[in-house]
Amino acid sequence: MHYPSPSNSHHKLYRFHGGLHLPDNKTQSNGRPARAAALPKRLILPLQQHIGEPAHPTVAVGDRVLKGDVIARAQGLISVPIHAPSSGTVIEIGEHPVPHPSGLPAHCIVIETDGLDQWGELPEPIMDFSTRDPATLRQRIRDAGIVGLGGAAFPTSVKLDPRQPVHTLIINGAECEPCITCDDMLMRERAEQVVAGIAILRHLTGAKSCLIGIEDNKPEAVTEMTRAVASSGQEGMEVISIPTLYPSGGEKQLIRVLTGEEVPSSSIPASIGIVCNNVGTAAAVADAVLQGRPLISRYVTVTGEGVGEPCNLEALIGTPVVELIEQTGGYSGRISRLIMGGPMMGFTLHDDSSPIVKASNCLLAASAAESPDPGPALPCIRCGQCASVCPVRLLPQQLYWYARAKDLEKAQEYNLFDCIECGCCSHVCPSHIPLVQYYRSAKNEIWAQEQEKRKAEQARKRHEARLARLARKEAEKQARLKKKKAVLAKKPAGKAKTGAPDPKQAAIEAAMKRAAEKKARLAAEGATPRNTRQLTEAQQRQIDQADARRQAAGKAEAHTEKPVAEEQE
Amino acid sequence: MQFPTITSPHTARPNSVTRTMLWVILALIPGTVAMTWYFGWGILIHMVLATATAVAGEAVVLRLRARPVMPALKDLSAVVTALLMALALPPLLPWWITVIGVVFAIVVVKQLYGGIGYNPFNPAMAGYVLLLVSYPVDMTSWVPPEMLNPHPLDPLQTLSLIFTGQLPTGLDWDAVTAATPLDAMRTELDQNRMISEIRQSPLWGDFGGRGWEWVGNWFLLGGLVLLYKRIITWHIPVSMLAGLLVMAMLFHFIDQETHPFGLFHIFSGGTILGAFFIATDPVTASTTRKGQLIYGASIGVLVYIIRTWGGYPDAVAFAVLLMNLSAPTIDYYTQPRVFGHRDQGDE
Ligand code: SF4
Ligand code: SF4
Repeated sequence: MHYPSPSNSHHKLYRFHGGLHLPDNKTQSNGRPARAAALPKRLILPLQQHIGEPAHPTVAVGDRVLKGDVIARAQGLISVPIHAPSSGTVIEIGEHPVPHPSGLPAHCIVIETDGLDQWGELPEPIMDFSTRDPATLRQRIRDAGIVGLGGAAFPTSVKLDPRQPVHTLIINGAECEPCITCDDMLMRERAEQVVAGIAILRHLTGAKSCLIGIEDNKPEAVTEMTRAVASSGQEGMEVISIPTLYPSGGEKQLIRVLTGEEVPSSSIPASIGIVCNNVGTAAAVADAVLQGRPLISRYVTVTGEGVGEPCNLEALIGTPVVELIEQTGGYSGRISRLIMGGPMMGFTLHDDSSPIVKASNCLLAASAAESPDPGPALPCIRCGQCASVCPVRLLPQQLYWYARAKDLEKAQEYNLFDCIECGCCSHVCPSHIPLVQYYRSAKNEIWAQEQEKRKAEQARKRHEARLARLARKEAEKQARLKKKKAVLAKKPAGKAKTGAPDPKQAAIEAAMKRAAEKKARLAAEGATPRNTRQLTEAQQRQIDQADARRQAAGKAEAHTEKPVAEEQE
Repeated sequence: MQFPTITSPHTARPNSVTRTMLWVILALIPGTVAMTWYFGWGILIHMVLATATAVAGEAVVLRLRARPVMPALKDLSAVVTALLMALALPPLLPWWITVIGVVFAIVVVKQLYGGIGYNPFNPAMAGYVLLLVSYPVDMTSWVPPEMLNPHPLDPLQTLSLIFTGQLPTGLDWDAVTAATPLDAMRTELDQNRMISEIRQSPLWGDFGGRGWEWVGNWFLLGGLVLLYKRIITWHIPVSMLAGLLVMAMLFHFIDQETHPFGLFHIFSGGTILGAFFIATDPVTASTTRKGQLIYGASIGVLVYIIRTWGGYPDAVAFAVLLMNLSAPTIDYYTQPRVFGHRDQGDE
C-alpha cells in the first residue's frame, strides 16, 4: 500500500482472485474542486432511471413545475418517483435519446427551465431520525427518488428493507474504475454529509459494524472521511483504505476484500447479513432525511482527452450531456467517442443530446488514443490470461467458446450468469476478442428465450381457458336442451333435476381436473427452467426492467391481453 | 453531435498475439546462440529454412482456404513453430527433411485443423515426431559439441552439406556426426555398462553431456524472461521439471548404476526447451491452473518413462503430444471454484 492510513492498521483485508492494475487516469479530473454546472435551458428526465417499473407522469404538457416537485410517481414496489430538478414548464412528454446501453430512445418528460430555480414545497426535515420508525424513513428515502448512485440504480429504500438481520453495513467508496473521480471529490468536499447519510443508513439496517472502503489511490478522501467519522462520534464505523485493484468496487468484490466473505452465487449480500451502499447514495439519503431534499442533482466527472478542462460538476439530473461538455472547455477535437461511465464498464453514447441520469457518474470524452479500436479479433489461443484475471474465477475462454457456438446450456453450466461484465478478460485477451460482448448477448438471448417461454405459457393458458369456456357453454347448452326435452316429454322430473351427473359435463370436468393436476405436478417438480432459477437478483431486476420496457412499448398489446387474462380467473 | 458506439471495455489493449510470439522469439535467442556455438552453423541454417517454409506454406494454405493471409502471418505463430522445430532437428539434416517436417506441421497439423487456436496438437512436435519415425537414422545423427569436434565445419561447408549432401574432401559422415548424450547413455546402458564407467568418457561434463548441459542453461534464461514478462506462468515448466526430477531421483536412488541422476535428465535433450517453450504452447496445453500442474507433471513423468523404457532416446515430443490429447479432459475436471459457489473443489 502506498499511503499510510491510521484507521485500518489493524483491519485484516482479503483479496479476490485476479483483477487488474490499470492506469487510473484520475488526476486529470480531480485536480480542481467540483463546481455547480450552469442551469440548462431544457431538462430531459427519462421516466426510467432506475431498475424496476418506470415512473408514471403526474404532469401534463404545459404544466408549470417548481424545483423539487414530483413530476412522475413510483409505480409498484421496485420503483421511485422523479422530481423536477428546477422550476419551469413541461414542454413535452415523449421519446428522446437516453443514456442506455441499448441505444434506444425512451419516454422522457422535458422541462423548459425559467431561470428562477424556484423551490416548491419540500417535506419537513427529519433531524431526530434515530428515534423514528424505520418505515417512515424508508418512505422518505423512496419519496425522494433515491436509487443506488454507484451505477446500479436500484431503489435504495428496497435495499434498506432486508428480510434477514444485517450485521454489517458496507459503504462503497472504492471507485475502482479508471478516470472516474466523482465519489472521490464528494468524499473530499462533503465528508460530513456522507457520514451523516451513513449514520441514517446504519440506523435503518441496524448494522452493528460499518466499514467504509476506499481505494488507496484516494488518500485525500481517506483522510477527510476518517476525520468526519471521528468528529461524528459514531462507534464501530471505520474508514478502510484498500489496495487499488480493479474491480474492487464491485459489490461482491468489495465485501470480499473487507470481510473475507463471499456472497453466494445468485444471492444478494443481505443473505449473509451485509448491506452495501455507495457514498453518493449516502449523501443523497442525508439530503432527503435531514433537509427534505429530493434527488435532483449529482456529482458527475467529465473527463478524457476529448474535452478541454476535465473536472467534476454538480449537475442537475436531466442536463443534456452536450451542455456539460460545453462547460468543461468543449470538445477538444481529439474526441473519438463519448462514454457514459468508465472505460471498463461504461457504454458509448450515440447522441450527446442525451441527458445525465441518476446513475451517471462519469462522462468520458475519449480520444482515439485512449480508446483505440481493438481491431479484428483473432481466434482464441487458449492462453488462459482471461481466466487468470477474472475476479469471479470463471473460465472466460470456455464461456466464449459456448457463447459463440450458441450453446447456451453449456454457457450456463460454465456459470455465465456469475459474470459481472467487468471487462478484465477482454482487456487482457491477446486475440482482442470482445469477450464481454459475447457474454452480454448470450445473456440477452437466454432472457429473450425466457420471455418467449413465458409468452407461450400465457398463450397456452389463454387457450386452455378458451377451451374450458367453450366446453362449459356447450355443456350448458346441452343441459338446457335436455331439460327442455324432459319438460316436453312431460316425464317426471328425472335425472337432470336430481343432479345426477351429466356424462358429458363429467368428462369435461375430469379432463380439466387432469390438466390442473398435471400443471400442479409440474410446478411442484420445479419445472421452472434452470436459467431463471440461477438468476441473481440483479439479473431478475434487469429482466423485470426489460419486461417493463416491453410492456410500455407494446401497450396496445397489453390492453388486448388483459381482459382475457381476467376472464380466466 | 453523434458518435460511433462500441461495447466496453474502452481501453488500449496491452496485449496481442504478435507481442506474445515476439517475446517467445526473443527469449529463444540466448539458447539459439549457445546451440550455434556448440553445434555449428547448421542450427541457424535450419532456422532460416524452416521459417521460410512455414511462412510460405501458411500463406499458400490461407490463400487456398480463402482466408486473409496478412493478419495470420503477422501473428508470428508460424515463425515460432518453425524456430522450435529447427532447434529440435539435427544440425546437419538434409534440407528436404526439414521442409517436409515444417510443411506437415503448418499445413496438416495447424491449418487443416482450422489454423491458430484450433489445432489439438503442438505443430512443431507433431512435425518432429513424423520425421523421427520416417527418417530415424538422419534424425539421430547429431554433431559432436564444439570442444569434442575434431572437424568443425565452416558456414559454407555446412550449407553445402545440408543442401547437396556434399561432405568436405577427406571427411566421411561418421567424422562429422555423433550421437546425442541421451542416445549414447542409452546405447551403453543397453550394453550393460555401469553409469560410473560410462561417465569416464570425454562426452560427459559436470551433470550432462558436454555442451548440452550449457545449452539448457541458456534456454532456461530465456524461459525466465518469459516468466518475468508473464508470457507464460510457472505452472507447466515447474511441474514438468518436477515430475521428471522426482522420477529420475527415485530410480537413481534405487539403483545408481543403471539410472542416471536427476540433473542429467533435466539438462539433456530437449527438456528445458520443452518445459519453457513447447509444453507451454497455450493452444494445445491445459488452461486451468490446476490442470496445468497435472499436465506439466504428466509430461515430466512420461518423458522419464519413454526415455528409460521406450523405443526412442528423447521423449519430450511424444510426451507433449500424448498430453495434448488429454488436455481437454484435464480442463474439464479441473475447473476452478467460481466465486460464491461452494460445491466444486477448491481453487
Ligand atoms: S485471453 Fe483471449 S486468447 Fe487467451 S484464452 Fe482468453 S479468450 Fe482465449
Ligand atoms: S467480464 Fe465476466 S468473465 Fe470477464 S473477467 Fe469479468 S467477470 Fe470474468
